[in-house]
Amino acid sequence: MAIDGLRRSFERHWTLYLLMVVPLTWFAVFKYIPMSNAVLAFKNFNVIKGIWGSPWIGWQNFELFFANPVFWNLVKNTFLLSVYTVAASFPLAIALALGLNEIRQGLFKRTVQMVTYAPYFISTVVVVSMTILVLSPRLGIVNEGLGFFGVPAIDFLGNPDYFRHIYVWSDVWQTTGYSAVIYLAALSGIDPALHESARIDGASRLQRIRHVDLPGIMPTAVIILVLAVGNIMAIGFEKAFLLQNPLNLSESEIIATYVYKTGLLNADFSMATAVGLFNSVINLVLLLAVNWVAKRVTGNGLWS
Amino acid sequence: MKVRRIREPRTDRIFLVCVYLLLTVFLAVVLLPLLYIVASSFSSPEAVSSGRVLFWPVDFSLRGYNAVFQNPQIVQGYLNSLFYTVVGTIVSVTMTIAIAYPMSRRTLVGRNTVMTLILFTMLFTGGLIPTYLVVQSAGLLDTRWALIVPQAIGVWQVIIARTYFRTAIPEELVEASQLDGCGDLRFLWSVVIPLAKPMIAVVALMYAITQWNSYFDALIYLKNPDLFPLQLVLRNILILNTTGGGAVDASVVMQRQQLADLLKYSLIVVASVPVLLIYPFVARYFTKGIMIGAVKG
Repeated sequence: MAIDGLRRSFERHWTLYLLMVVPLTWFAVFKYIPMSNAVLAFKNFNVIKGIWGSPWIGWQNFELFFANPVFWNLVKNTFLLSVYTVAASFPLAIALALGLNEIRQGLFKRTVQMVTYAPYFISTVVVVSMTILVLSPRLGIVNEGLGFFGVPAIDFLGNPDYFRHIYVWSDVWQTTGYSAVIYLAALSGIDPALHESARIDGASRLQRIRHVDLPGIMPTAVIILVLAVGNIMAIGFEKAFLLQNPLNLSESEIIATYVYKTGLLNADFSMATAVGLFNSVINLVLLLAVNWVAKRVTGNGLWS
Repeated sequence: MKVRRIREPRTDRIFLVCVYLLLTVFLAVVLLPLLYIVASSFSSPEAVSSGRVLFWPVDFSLRGYNAVFQNPQIVQGYLNSLFYTVVGTIVSVTMTIAIAYPMSRRTLVGRNTVMTLILFTMLFTGGLIPTYLVVQSAGLLDTRWALIVPQAIGVWQVIIARTYFRTAIPEELVEASQLDGCGDLRFLWSVVIPLAKPMIAVVALMYAITQWNSYFDALIYLKNPDLFPLQLVLRNILILNTTGGGAVDASVVMQRQQLADLLKYSLIVVASVPVLLIYPFVARYFTKGIMIGAVKG
């Protein structure tokens, strides 16, 4: 029956199936073969024998990694950086959206929206460069400002204590306007009748935000939070790597940058694959777990 | 009643003033660093090095921009990035339509299986090294294709395209065209693509901006500096501080240093201008694109 349906569908739409061949091959080659290549984590990679010819070594790479003194530091750095980013950007984006939603259409509203949205389109390299320039002990405007109050110049990027704050707040600077747009769309979807009846009942603006707007954007907020928490260990390589220098490495080395260094700079392919696989599995488990909890608690999840 | 009518708007008005204050703070925090960079880029090297520039150019000069456009690395990177962006976007959009459109047709058996296979790649990936090995054995290392092929399709864009095709192209249109003897490909080319132009524009811009802004693939796949995209050149100059100047006369070291500092500001402006120029025109469509993608199903 199913086979028959497929055959009939194929006869009718064979050109469309043909159209999918190239993209599907692409998914097979660049997404699914790498997944099968991940068996490298359990092998001792030998360039001549290739991935499948190399000898199995079981869990040895994982045991070595877990026993490595850097292990807990990597997990801690990755975890803290992500949690801090979510904790800082999530409420600010909602605050910006609620604020924009309160004021009437006009030049000011458009300007705030345009300007706060713009940094999202700037590349990571440029944002990191700007951060380094602004915070530079020799040229930076921040140290100029501190100097005005008699504070001696601080080498912000050379001190590991500042790394997380720099990472997170430059991220907030770049993405808050973009994230707010998503909440603004959710806010515009709220039935105006709810606001009107709340107003007739004498609710103040603040009360309407609490009892109409916030519940209205809850489903959106939950989905965004689920995605954010689910990606907590997947925090991007790009920015952390650029902000890194030998002085702040104790706080700035995260799993992604460690994989890059082990695999491509030290050419230890098996170990790097093992660390990457460990990270992917943790992510998948986290995403599924958070989604399950969110569905239980709020009824909203990624799949419904 | 009277008391209430007077008192409540007043608390509301105070609240509204707070809202305006809050938004002004948001505006200033985002705008001031940008102003500082732009103002510095139009100042003289001496003014920048002595830290006299705030939010307006001091000793207006274009020497920073001069230095940017005289640097062969930067010019080459700019041209490379243009190539990667144009070719990459064309490849990506074509591939995205080719996979998304068939999956939008309700009578196509197997489309849900295909969609599940594609969505799964969002949840789980092989990782950096396994992907690197594929690119290596495909012979793409250190070629221009390394920046175009491995990132050709974005799952998010496929979701956006499929959702748009499903909601914007009525099923009746398909049936009518079939009665007229119009095949699937002809229908896609002469009906669906013209109807989907706004969505295609959004998806193309998403790909273009991602391609223009990315440096990671170039970092891992390319060794030949002649192939480097602008962002990697930027990283070498701005973050690693390698300007690649020749032998330096001791007496002009100071001047060189000042010009190298200024060049960074101008370079940031030059690299971001293409994206920031088109952004006001596309922001609205971008938002719509995000919303289409957010619709589940």
